[in-house]
Amino acid sequence: MNWDWQAAADAIPLLLEGLLVTVELTLLGSALAYTLGLVLALLRRARIPVLSRVAWLFIEFVRSTPLLIQVFVLYWLVPPLTGFTMSAFLTGVVALGVHYATYTAEVYRAGIEAVPKGQWEAATALNLPRSRVWTAVVLPQAIPRVLPALGNYTISMFKETPLLLAIGVLDVLNRAKEVGAETFRVVEPYTLAGVLFLLVSLPASVLVRRWERRAERV
Amino acid sequence: MIRFSGVVKKFGDHVVLDELDFTVAPGEFVSLIGPSGSGKTTILRLLMTLERVNAGTIDVGGECLSHVRRGERLVPADEKHLRVMRRRIGMVFQQFNLFPNMNVLRNITEAPVRSLGVAPAEAERRARDLLGLVGLEDKADAHPTRLSGGQQQRVAIARALAMRPDVLLLDEVTSALDPELVADVLRVLRNIASTTDITILCVTHEMQFAQDVSDRVMMFDHGRVLEEAPPEKLFTAPEHERTKEFLRAVIDRR
Repeated sequence: MNWDWQAAADAIPLLLEGLLVTVELTLLGSALAYTLGLVLALLRRARIPVLSRVAWLFIEFVRSTPLLIQVFVLYWLVPPLTGFTMSAFLTGVVALGVHYATYTAEVYRAGIEAVPKGQWEAATALNLPRSRVWTAVVLPQAIPRVLPALGNYTISMFKETPLLLAIGVLDVLNRAKEVGAETFRVVEPYTLAGVLFLLVSLPASVLVRRWERRAERV
Repeated sequence: MIRFSGVVKKFGDHVVLDELDFTVAPGEFVSLIGPSGSGKTTILRLLMTLERVNAGTIDVGGECLSHVRRGERLVPADEKHLRVMRRRIGMVFQQFNLFPNMNVLRNITEAPVRSLGVAPAEAERRARDLLGLVGLEDKADAHPTRLSGGQQQRVAIARALAMRPDVLLLDEVTSALDPELVADVLRVLRNIASTTDITILCVTHEMQFAQDVSDRVMMFDHGRVLEEAPPEKLFTAPEHERTKEFLRAVIDRR
Protein backbone atom coordinates (compact mmCIF):
# COMPACT_ATOMS: atom_id res chain seq x y z
CA MET A 1 0.00 0.00 0.00
CA ASN A 2 1.43 3.36 -0.96
CA TRP A 3 0.25 6.90 -0.39
CA ASP A 4 -0.19 9.05 -3.49
CA TRP A 5 -0.02 12.75 -2.64
CA GLN A 6 -1.40 13.75 -6.02
CA ALA A 7 -4.46 11.57 -5.57
CA ALA A 8 -4.94 13.02 -2.12
CA ALA A 9 -4.77 16.59 -3.42
CA ASP A 10 -7.19 15.78 -6.24
CA ALA A 11 -9.72 14.38 -3.77
CA ILE A 12 -9.81 17.45 -1.55
CA PRO A 13 -12.23 19.75 -3.46
CA LEU A 14 -14.97 17.11 -3.60
CA LEU A 15 -14.39 16.15 0.02
CA LEU A 16 -14.73 19.76 1.11
CA GLU A 17 -17.99 19.98 -0.77
CA GLY A 18 -19.11 16.93 1.15
CA LEU A 19 -17.94 18.46 4.42
CA LEU A 20 -20.11 21.48 3.76
CA VAL A 21 -23.13 19.20 3.37
CA THR A 22 -22.19 17.37 6.58
CA VAL A 23 -21.95 20.63 8.48
CA GLU A 24 -25.28 21.82 7.07
CA LEU A 25 -26.91 18.54 8.10
CA THR A 26 -25.49 18.88 11.60
CA LEU A 27 -26.55 22.49 12.08
CA LEU A 28 -30.07 22.01 10.76
CA GLY A 29 -30.43 18.70 12.60
CA SER A 30 -29.29 20.38 15.81
CA ALA A 31 -31.73 23.24 15.37
CA LEU A 32 -34.53 20.68 15.06
CA ALA A 33 -33.22 18.57 17.95
CA TYR A 34 -32.96 21.60 20.24
CA THR A 35 -36.49 22.87 19.54
CA LEU A 36 -38.27 19.53 19.36
CA GLY A 37 -36.37 18.35 22.44
CA LEU A 38 -37.65 21.33 24.40
CA VAL A 39 -41.19 20.69 23.21
CA LEU A 40 -40.91 17.03 24.27
CA ALA A 41 -39.48 18.00 27.67
CA LEU A 42 -42.37 20.42 28.26
CA LEU A 43 -44.94 17.85 27.09
CA ARG A 44 -43.47 15.32 29.51
CA ARG A 45 -44.29 17.79 32.30
CA ALA A 46 -47.71 18.73 30.93
CA ARG A 47 -50.54 18.54 33.42
CA ILE A 48 -52.64 16.62 30.94
CA PRO A 49 -51.67 12.97 31.55
CA VAL A 50 -52.40 11.87 27.96
CA LEU A 51 -49.93 14.38 26.54
CA SER A 52 -47.10 13.45 28.86
CA ARG A 53 -47.80 9.75 28.26
CA VAL A 54 -47.67 10.19 24.48
CA ALA A 55 -44.43 12.17 24.72
CA TRP A 56 -42.91 9.46 26.92
CA LEU A 57 -43.93 6.72 24.49
CA PHE A 58 -42.53 8.65 21.55
CA ILE A 59 -39.21 9.22 23.32
CA GLU A 60 -38.86 5.56 24.35
CA PHE A 61 -39.85 4.32 20.91
CA VAL A 62 -37.36 6.52 19.04
CA ARG A 63 -34.55 5.76 21.46
CA SER A 64 -35.10 2.02 21.30
CA THR A 65 -34.74 1.74 17.55
CA PRO A 66 -31.54 2.27 15.52
CA LEU A 67 -31.13 5.58 13.75
CA LEU A 68 -30.35 3.80 10.46
CA ILE A 69 -33.71 2.04 10.51
CA GLN A 70 -35.46 5.33 11.25
CA VAL A 71 -33.68 6.82 8.24
CA PHE A 72 -34.87 3.98 6.02
CA VAL A 73 -38.41 4.23 7.30
CA LEU A 74 -38.50 7.98 6.68
CA TYR A 75 -37.01 7.64 3.24
CA TRP A 76 -38.65 4.50 1.85
CA LEU A 77 -41.80 3.93 3.88
CA VAL A 78 -43.23 7.32 4.73
CA PRO A 79 -43.50 8.72 1.15
CA PRO A 80 -45.67 5.90 -0.31
CA LEU A 81 -47.83 5.86 2.84
CA THR A 82 -48.40 9.60 3.04
CA GLY A 83 -47.70 10.80 -0.48
CA PHE A 84 -45.25 13.24 1.06
CA THR A 85 -41.76 13.04 -0.44
CA MET A 86 -38.60 14.53 1.00
CA SER A 87 -35.16 14.82 -0.55
CA ALA A 88 -32.43 12.62 0.90
CA PHE A 89 -30.89 15.68 2.53
CA LEU A 90 -34.14 16.75 4.19
CA THR A 91 -34.81 13.19 5.30
CA GLY A 92 -31.37 13.23 6.91
CA VAL A 93 -32.10 16.46 8.76
CA VAL A 94 -35.45 15.18 10.02
CA ALA A 95 -34.08 11.78 11.07
CA LEU A 96 -31.10 13.24 12.91
CA GLY A 97 -33.19 16.02 14.45
CA VAL A 98 -35.98 13.78 15.71
CA HIS A 99 -33.60 11.07 16.94
CA TYR A 100 -31.46 13.51 18.89
CA ALA A 101 -34.50 15.41 20.17
CA THR A 102 -35.27 12.40 22.35
CA TYR A 103 -31.87 12.87 23.98
CA THR A 104 -31.95 16.66 24.25
CA ALA A 105 -35.40 16.29 25.88
CA GLU A 106 -33.65 14.49 28.73
CA VAL A 107 -31.02 17.24 28.91
CA TYR A 108 -33.71 19.91 29.18
CA ARG A 109 -35.56 17.85 31.79
CA ALA A 110 -32.47 17.73 33.99
CA GLY A 111 -31.93 21.46 33.51
CA ILE A 112 -35.52 22.25 34.46
CA GLU A 113 -35.35 20.04 37.55
CA ALA A 114 -32.16 21.80 38.63
CA VAL A 115 -34.06 25.10 39.00
CA PRO A 116 -34.62 25.44 42.77
CA LYS A 117 -38.12 24.82 44.12
CA GLY A 118 -38.00 28.28 45.72
CA GLN A 119 -38.07 29.86 42.26
CA TRP A 120 -41.36 28.13 41.46
CA GLU A 121 -42.76 29.11 44.84
CA ALA A 122 -41.75 32.75 44.44
CA ALA A 123 -43.38 32.76 41.00
CA THR A 124 -46.56 31.30 42.49
CA ALA A 125 -46.53 33.79 45.37
CA LEU A 126 -46.27 36.60 42.80
CA ASN A 127 -49.17 35.06 40.88
CA LEU A 128 -47.23 35.03 37.59
CA PRO A 129 -49.17 33.45 34.73
CA ARG A 130 -48.09 29.87 34.06
CA SER A 131 -46.64 30.68 30.64
CA ARG A 132 -44.65 33.54 32.14
CA VAL A 133 -43.23 31.29 34.86
CA TRP A 134 -41.73 29.16 32.10
CA THR A 135 -40.55 31.87 29.74
CA ALA A 136 -39.34 34.44 32.28
CA VAL A 137 -38.21 32.39 35.28
CA VAL A 138 -37.58 28.70 34.67
CA LEU A 139 -36.25 28.39 31.12
CA PRO A 140 -33.90 31.40 31.29
CA GLN A 141 -32.27 29.69 34.27
CA ALA A 142 -32.40 26.13 32.93
CA ILE A 143 -31.22 26.62 29.35
CA PRO A 144 -27.86 28.37 29.88
CA ARG A 145 -26.88 25.52 32.20
CA VAL A 146 -27.64 22.82 29.63
CA LEU A 147 -26.09 24.47 26.57
CA PRO A 148 -22.77 22.59 26.90
CA ALA A 149 -24.62 19.27 27.11
CA LEU A 150 -26.58 20.20 23.99
CA GLY A 151 -23.29 21.08 22.29
CA ASN A 152 -22.01 17.58 23.02
CA TYR A 153 -25.01 16.08 21.24
CA THR A 154 -24.32 18.29 18.23
CA ILE A 155 -20.82 16.82 18.06
CA SER A 156 -22.17 13.26 18.29
CA MET A 157 -24.64 14.08 15.57
CA PHE A 158 -21.85 15.42 13.37
CA LYS A 159 -20.02 12.13 13.67
CA GLU A 160 -23.14 10.13 12.85
CA THR A 161 -24.01 11.89 9.61
CA PRO A 162 -22.05 9.38 7.42
CA LEU A 163 -24.87 6.97 8.15
CA LEU A 164 -26.90 8.95 5.62
CA LEU A 165 -24.73 7.43 2.91
CA ALA A 166 -27.35 4.70 3.01
CA ILE A 167 -29.89 6.99 1.34
CA GLY A 168 -27.38 8.73 -0.90
CA VAL A 169 -26.81 12.03 0.88
CA LEU A 170 -23.62 13.50 -0.59
CA ASP A 171 -21.75 14.00 2.68
CA VAL A 172 -17.98 13.67 3.20
CA LEU A 173 -18.02 9.90 3.34
CA ASN A 174 -20.17 9.55 0.25
CA ARG A 175 -17.86 11.89 -1.61
CA ALA A 176 -14.88 9.80 -0.52
CA LYS A 177 -16.62 6.74 -1.84
CA GLU A 178 -17.33 8.55 -5.09
CA VAL A 179 -13.67 9.54 -5.48
CA GLY A 180 -12.64 5.99 -4.79
CA ALA A 181 -14.96 4.66 -7.46
CA GLU A 182 -13.62 7.09 -10.04
CA THR A 183 -9.90 6.82 -9.34
CA PHE A 184 -9.70 3.30 -7.93
CA ARG A 185 -7.78 4.77 -4.99
CA VAL A 186 -9.50 4.30 -1.65
CA VAL A 187 -6.80 4.94 0.93
CA GLU A 188 -6.39 8.67 0.28
CA PRO A 189 -10.05 9.79 0.14
CA TYR A 190 -11.18 7.72 3.15
CA THR A 191 -8.18 8.79 5.21
CA LEU A 192 -8.76 12.42 4.35
CA ALA A 193 -12.46 12.10 5.14
CA GLY A 194 -11.50 10.83 8.58
CA VAL A 195 -9.02 13.66 9.01
CA LEU A 196 -11.69 16.22 8.09
CA PHE A 197 -14.03 14.83 10.76
CA LEU A 198 -11.22 15.02 13.26
CA LEU A 199 -10.37 18.60 12.28
CA VAL A 200 -13.91 19.73 13.02
CA SER A 201 -14.92 17.62 16.00
CA LEU A 202 -11.72 17.86 18.00
CA PRO A 203 -11.65 21.68 18.30
CA ALA A 204 -15.42 21.63 18.84
CA SER A 205 -15.05 19.18 21.74
CA VAL A 206 -12.34 21.30 23.31
CA LEU A 207 -14.57 24.36 23.02
CA VAL A 208 -17.56 22.62 24.57
CA ARG A 209 -15.45 21.31 27.43
CA ARG A 210 -14.17 24.78 28.18
CA TRP A 211 -17.72 26.04 27.99
CA GLU A 212 -18.82 23.31 30.43
CA ARG A 213 -16.24 24.41 32.95
CA ARG A 214 -17.40 28.00 32.63
CA ALA A 215 -21.04 26.96 33.06
CA GLU A 216 -20.11 25.03 36.22
CA ARG A 217 -18.55 28.09 37.76
CA VAL A 218 -21.67 30.23 37.32
CA MET B 1 -59.03 39.19 57.55
CA ILE B 2 -57.83 35.62 58.02
CA ARG B 3 -59.78 32.75 59.52
CA PHE B 4 -58.60 29.17 59.96
CA SER B 5 -61.43 26.77 60.85
CA GLY B 6 -60.55 23.23 61.84
CA VAL B 7 -57.57 23.16 59.52
CA VAL B 8 -55.75 19.84 59.32
CA LYS B 9 -52.54 19.40 57.37
CA LYS B 10 -50.69 16.11 57.18
CA PHE B 11 -47.54 15.10 55.40
CA GLY B 12 -48.00 11.35 55.07
CA ASP B 13 -48.88 10.12 58.56
CA HIS B 14 -47.31 13.12 60.21
CA VAL B 15 -49.93 15.60 61.43
CA VAL B 16 -48.48 19.10 61.11
CA LEU B 17 -51.62 21.11 61.87
CA ASP B 18 -54.21 19.55 64.10
CA GLU B 19 -57.71 21.07 63.76
CA LEU B 20 -56.31 24.56 63.96
CA ASP B 21 -58.64 27.52 64.60
CA PHE B 22 -57.59 31.14 64.72
CA THR B 23 -58.44 34.52 63.25
CA VAL B 24 -56.43 37.59 62.41
CA ALA B 25 -58.05 41.03 62.24
CA PRO B 26 -57.42 43.47 59.35
CA GLY B 27 -54.23 45.47 59.88
CA GLU B 28 -53.07 43.26 62.71
CA PHE B 29 -49.41 42.24 63.08
CA VAL B 30 -49.29 38.71 64.43
CA SER B 31 -46.09 36.87 65.23
CA LEU B 32 -46.03 33.08 65.22
CA ILE B 33 -43.46 31.59 67.53
CA GLY B 34 -42.72 28.09 68.74
CA PRO B 35 -40.30 25.22 68.34
CA SER B 36 -39.36 24.15 64.82
CA GLY B 37 -41.73 21.59 63.41
CA SER B 38 -44.68 23.11 65.26
CA GLY B 39 -46.41 24.02 62.00
CA LYS B 40 -45.81 27.79 61.82
CA THR B 41 -44.32 27.84 58.34
CA THR B 42 -47.00 25.44 57.10
CA ILE B 43 -49.64 28.02 58.06
CA LEU B 44 -47.97 30.59 55.80
CA ARG B 45 -47.53 28.05 52.99
CA LEU B 46 -51.23 27.14 53.17
CA LEU B 47 -52.19 30.81 52.97
CA MET B 48 -49.88 31.30 49.98
CA THR B 49 -51.53 28.24 48.35
CA LEU B 50 -48.19 26.45 48.15
CA GLU B 51 -49.82 23.61 50.09
CA ARG B 52 -53.39 22.40 50.37
CA VAL B 53 -55.39 21.61 53.48
CA ASN B 54 -56.41 18.03 54.26
CA ALA B 55 -59.47 19.22 56.18
CA GLY B 56 -61.04 22.44 57.40
CA THR B 57 -61.28 25.76 55.61
CA ILE B 58 -59.27 28.97 55.32
CA ASP B 59 -60.93 32.33 54.68
CA VAL B 60 -59.13 35.46 53.58
CA GLY B 61 -60.93 38.80 53.43
CA GLY B 62 -64.28 37.12 54.04
CA GLU B 63 -63.90 34.72 51.14
CA CYS B 64 -62.94 31.10 51.22
CA LEU B 65 -59.39 30.58 50.01
CA SER B 66 -59.09 26.83 50.13
CA HIS B 67 -62.48 25.84 48.72
CA VAL B 68 -65.17 26.94 46.33
CA ARG B 69 -68.88 26.34 46.70
CA ARG B 70 -70.31 24.05 44.10
CA GLY B 71 -74.04 23.76 44.66
CA GLU B 72 -74.44 22.58 48.23
CA ARG B 73 -70.90 21.32 48.65
CA LEU B 74 -67.53 22.85 49.27
CA VAL B 75 -64.91 21.46 46.91
CA PRO B 76 -61.15 22.16 46.88
CA ALA B 77 -60.43 25.37 45.00
CA ASP B 78 -59.27 25.18 41.38
CA GLU B 79 -56.32 27.10 39.96
CA LYS B 80 -58.57 29.88 38.68
CA HIS B 81 -59.97 30.58 42.15
CA LEU B 82 -56.50 30.39 43.73
CA ARG B 83 -55.23 32.87 41.17
CA VAL B 84 -57.88 35.40 42.20
CA MET B 85 -57.30 34.84 45.93
CA ARG B 86 -53.50 35.05 45.66
CA ARG B 87 -53.79 38.68 44.59
CA ARG B 88 -54.52 39.58 48.19
CA ILE B 89 -51.51 37.80 49.60
CA GLY B 90 -47.76 38.37 49.38
CA MET B 91 -44.95 36.33 50.84
CA VAL B 92 -41.30 36.85 51.73
CA PHE B 93 -39.25 33.68 51.98
CA GLN B 94 -36.42 32.62 54.25
CA GLN B 95 -34.16 32.09 51.22
CA PHE B 96 -35.26 35.32 49.43
CA ASN B 97 -35.92 33.45 46.14
CA LEU B 98 -35.16 36.44 43.95
CA PHE B 99 -35.02 35.61 40.24
CA PRO B 100 -31.28 35.46 39.45
CA ASN B 101 -31.86 35.99 35.73
CA MET B 102 -33.38 39.45 36.24
CA ASN B 103 -31.93 42.63 37.69
CA VAL B 104 -33.36 44.09 40.89
CA LEU B 105 -35.78 46.42 39.13
CA ARG B 106 -37.26 43.68 36.96
CA ASN B 107 -37.58 41.38 39.93
CA ILE B 108 -39.95 43.98 41.36
CA THR B 109 -41.79 45.04 38.18
CA GLU B 110 -42.22 41.61 36.56
CA ALA B 111 -45.27 40.49 38.54
CA PRO B 112 -47.19 43.80 38.66
CA VAL B 113 -46.79 44.11 34.88
CA ARG B 114 -47.44 40.48 33.97
CA SER B 115 -49.97 39.47 36.54
CA LEU B 116 -51.81 42.68 37.46
CA GLY B 117 -51.44 44.41 34.08
CA VAL B 118 -49.86 47.57 35.51
CA ALA B 119 -48.27 49.78 32.81
CA PRO B 120 -44.48 49.22 32.72
CA ALA B 121 -43.64 52.89 33.37
CA GLU B 122 -46.00 53.00 36.33
CA ALA B 123 -44.61 49.72 37.68
CA GLU B 124 -41.08 51.06 37.42
CA ARG B 125 -41.94 54.29 39.20
CA ARG B 126 -43.54 52.31 42.00
CA ALA B 127 -40.58 49.89 42.13
CA ARG B 128 -38.17 52.80 42.57
CA ASP B 129 -40.32 54.19 45.40
CA LEU B 130 -40.26 50.80 47.10
CA LEU B 131 -36.50 50.51 46.66
CA GLY B 132 -36.29 53.87 48.43
CA LEU B 133 -38.46 52.50 51.22
CA VAL B 134 -36.11 49.54 51.75
CA GLY B 135 -33.02 51.75 51.40
CA LEU B 136 -31.74 50.35 48.10
CA GLU B 137 -32.60 53.07 45.57
CA ASP B 138 -29.08 52.84 44.09
CA LYS B 139 -29.34 49.08 43.42
CA ALA B 140 -32.11 49.12 40.79
CA ASP B 141 -29.81 47.88 38.02
CA ALA B 142 -27.78 45.51 40.19
CA HIS B 143 -27.87 41.77 39.76
CA PRO B 144 -29.40 39.97 42.79
CA THR B 145 -26.41 37.63 43.15
CA ARG B 146 -24.15 40.66 43.64
CA LEU B 147 -26.11 41.77 46.70
CA SER B 148 -25.61 40.73 50.30
CA GLY B 149 -28.24 38.49 51.87
CA GLY B 150 -29.72 41.41 53.74
CA GLN B 151 -29.98 43.46 50.58
CA GLN B 152 -31.54 40.54 48.69
CA GLN B 153 -34.11 40.13 51.42
CA ARG B 154 -34.98 43.81 51.31
CA VAL B 155 -35.47 43.54 47.54
CA ALA B 156 -37.72 40.53 48.18
CA ILE B 157 -39.78 42.63 50.60
CA ALA B 158 -40.10 45.39 47.98
CA ARG B 159 -41.07 42.75 45.41
CA ALA B 160 -43.86 41.43 47.63
CA LEU B 161 -45.13 44.96 48.41
CA ALA B 162 -45.20 45.87 44.71
CA MET B 163 -48.22 43.58 44.37
CA ARG B 164 -50.09 45.71 46.97
CA PRO B 165 -51.19 42.72 49.03
CA ASP B 166 -53.73 42.96 51.86
CA VAL B 167 -51.86 40.25 53.72
CA LEU B 168 -48.08 39.89 53.94
CA LEU B 169 -46.53 36.61 55.06
CA LEU B 170 -43.01 36.73 56.48
CA ASP B 171 -41.42 33.29 56.72
CA GLU B 172 -38.35 33.44 58.97
CA VAL B 173 -37.08 36.27 56.82
CA THR B 174 -33.92 36.86 58.86
CA SER B 175 -32.99 33.23 59.58
CA ALA B 176 -30.68 32.86 56.59
CA LEU B 177 -28.87 36.16 57.23
CA ASP B 178 -25.55 36.86 58.86
CA PRO B 179 -26.20 38.47 62.28
CA GLU B 180 -24.90 41.89 61.24
CA LEU B 181 -27.39 42.05 58.35
CA VAL B 182 -30.48 41.24 60.41
CA ALA B 183 -30.93 44.74 61.82
CA ASP B 184 -31.40 46.42 58.42
CA VAL B 185 -34.12 43.98 57.43
CA LEU B 186 -35.91 44.33 60.75
CA ARG B 187 -35.75 48.13 60.51
CA VAL B 188 -37.50 47.96 57.13
CA LEU B 189 -40.17 45.66 58.54
CA ARG B 190 -40.78 47.88 61.57
CA ASN B 191 -41.23 50.78 59.20
CA ILE B 192 -43.75 48.85 57.09
CA ALA B 193 -45.62 47.65 60.16
CA SER B 194 -46.02 51.17 61.52
CA THR B 195 -46.76 53.03 58.27
CA THR B 196 -49.09 50.69 56.39
CA ASP B 197 -52.33 48.90 57.22
CA ILE B 198 -51.22 45.59 55.72
CA THR B 199 -52.15 42.55 57.79
CA ILE B 200 -48.89 40.78 58.64
CA LEU B 201 -48.27 37.20 59.71
CA CYS B 202 -44.69 36.75 60.80
CA VAL B 203 -42.94 33.50 61.65
CA THR B 204 -39.81 34.50 63.51
CA HIS B 205 -37.17 33.58 66.04
CA GLU B 206 -36.34 37.25 66.67
CA MET B 207 -38.11 37.58 70.00
CA GLN B 208 -37.17 41.20 70.62
CA PHE B 209 -38.55 42.14 67.20
CA ALA B 210 -41.73 40.14 67.80
CA GLN B 211 -42.17 41.83 71.16
CA ASP B 212 -41.68 45.32 69.68
CA VAL B 213 -43.89 45.20 66.61
CA SER B 214 -46.57 42.58 67.20
CA ASP B 215 -50.14 43.31 68.18
CA ARG B 216 -50.44 39.70 69.20
CA VAL B 217 -48.13 36.71 69.57
CA MET B 218 -49.22 33.11 69.04
CA MET B 219 -47.22 30.32 70.58
CA PHE B 220 -47.45 27.06 68.61
CA ASP B 221 -46.73 23.57 69.74
CA HIS B 222 -47.52 20.32 67.94
CA GLY B 223 -49.72 21.95 65.33
CA ARG B 224 -51.94 23.80 67.81
CA VAL B 225 -52.04 27.27 69.33
CA LEU B 226 -50.72 26.69 72.83
CA GLU B 227 -51.44 30.25 73.93
CA GLU B 228 -51.86 33.68 72.43
CA ALA B 229 -51.58 37.09 74.01
CA PRO B 230 -50.35 40.63 73.42
CA PRO B 231 -46.55 40.57 73.41
CA GLU B 232 -46.15 42.40 76.70
CA LYS B 233 -48.09 39.61 78.41
CA LEU B 234 -46.77 36.61 76.49
CA PHE B 235 -43.13 37.51 76.88
CA THR B 236 -43.29 38.54 80.52
CA ALA B 237 -46.01 36.37 82.01
CA PRO B 238 -46.68 33.33 79.82
CA GLU B 239 -49.27 30.95 81.17
CA HIS B 240 -47.95 27.64 79.96
CA GLU B 241 -44.90 25.88 81.25
CA ARG B 242 -44.05 24.89 77.65
CA THR B 243 -44.02 28.55 76.56
CA LYS B 244 -41.75 29.48 79.48
CA GLU B 245 -39.35 26.68 78.53
CA PHE B 246 -39.32 27.75 74.91
CA LEU B 247 -38.71 31.41 75.71
CA ARG B 248 -35.97 30.52 78.13
CA ALA B 249 -34.29 28.37 75.47
CA VAL B 250 -34.38 30.99 72.70
CA ILE B 251 -33.35 33.83 74.94
CA ASP B 252 -30.50 31.85 76.52
CA ARG B 253 -29.17 31.14 73.06
CA ARG B 254 -28.03 34.71 72.52
